[in-house]
Amino acid sequence: MSDPVASPTPFPAAGNISDAEREDLRRHGILMTSLEELHNWGRSNSIWPLQFGLACCAIEMIAAATARFDIARFGAEIFRPSPRQADLMIVSGTVTKKMAPQVIRLWNQMPEPKYCIAMGACAISGGPFKQGYNVLKGIDRFIPVDIYIPGCPPRPEALLNGLIQLQKQIKAEQLTGPNAARFTRPEEPSEFPIPAYGAHDLVPTKNDAVWAPPTPEAKA
Amino acid sequence: METLEQIRARLLLAYPAAQITFVTNPGPAAEHSLLIEATHAVEIARWLRDDTALRLDYCSNATGVDWPDKTITDVTTTTEPDPAGGPAKTVETKTARLQPGYLEAIYHLYSIALKQGPVVIRLRTANRTDAVTLPSLTPIWRSCDFQEREIFDLYGIIFTGHPDLRRLLMWDEFKDHPMRKDYVEPDDYEWEPTAHGAVLERAKPHQSAAAAPAPKTGGTP
Repeated sequence: MSDPVASPTPFPAAGNISDAEREDLRRHGILMTSLEELHNWGRSNSIWPLQFGLACCAIEMIAAATARFDIARFGAEIFRPSPRQADLMIVSGTVTKKMAPQVIRLWNQMPEPKYCIAMGACAISGGPFKQGYNVLKGIDRFIPVDIYIPGCPPRPEALLNGLIQLQKQIKAEQLTGPNAARFTRPEEPSEFPIPAYGAHDLVPTKNDAVWAPPTPEAKA
Repeated sequence: METLEQIRARLLLAYPAAQITFVTNPGPAAEHSLLIEATHAVEIARWLRDDTALRLDYCSNATGVDWPDKTITDVTTTTEPDPAGGPAKTVETKTARLQPGYLEAIYHLYSIALKQGPVVIRLRTANRTDAVTLPSLTPIWRSCDFQEREIFDLYGIIFTGHPDLRRLLMWDEFKDHPMRKDYVEPDDYEWEPTAHGAVLERAKPHQSAAAAPAPKTGGTP
């Protein structure tokens, strides 16, 4: 227990005891938790992805949902056919410029809290098709991405690992305070502008509020 | 199956007015083809499909080719007698002529019924700019539908008689034809951590003063 001088209350709040102490209590049958922890535990173990695929990465995503890899072990097996019921958007494959407005529209239709996984080289940067006349150079130019899974395509294990990383991120989110999660802050945008089809390219080609090109590394 | 020359001879018997050129393929594949005048293309296509010896009932592939304007240098060798009475001189004169460009639609035809093929036919537009119309062969072979739409989308050949000629891959508002040789891609290169110098060269004009190498903060001066 914490130092009685530092914490005068006889029963300190859950936030004041260390994880080790809490684990010790749990072994003795005493569950001490916080609403935040319970909330995040429930959310992270029941992530419902949006059911859509864009290219060959989608085949790996489907494989991750089958018996061999079994994404249900992590509570994310309920692929929803409606963005209104989905928590997670797995951008699995090449985003063409023709498809990009629809992907962003689906993202805008998902309710908060929502998360985005960019699966595979194409969704991250355009991959082997970068600078192609019809390929968007990464979905993060228009919507915020939480987890990037490299690979061409990533194996199902990689997708599961990305999902576990997302679960860790969700479990670490705070619901109140100055470092509260993005979805709790009303000033953070939940919907993002949808680009228009232009005569030569999407207009605009990127959302400057979301993405800026990398700056050259200074020579040491 | 008949050879392409035999098919051409029979076609010329059936359509004496048509212009049918035998186009050789100098490559190892030796996939020769017949260049068919656009005005007779639909009749000839129907003949190829319905002829009992050919029965080319399946068009497996239709694609486009862009042939830009090309300058061809002809070399003519002439012999000039030497006025002094010496041996005659051979003089090479080079004349450059401009071969105007054109767009081509190429169809690969097979016969499912007779298990034979392919027969390759080509159609050529008059030029690459304003006379880019060809007759559609979709009424003859249904499988040309999407492929002619793709050619229309990427090369800009307008197929008359096509039941639904819209862009297939690009959006309707798109103005260019990306597979043409003179297509100008959007100049949207950015600096990226890459080993490809060509990419970095093309990204340089886009790096404004603000995006120039940022001075390292907190490190060694």
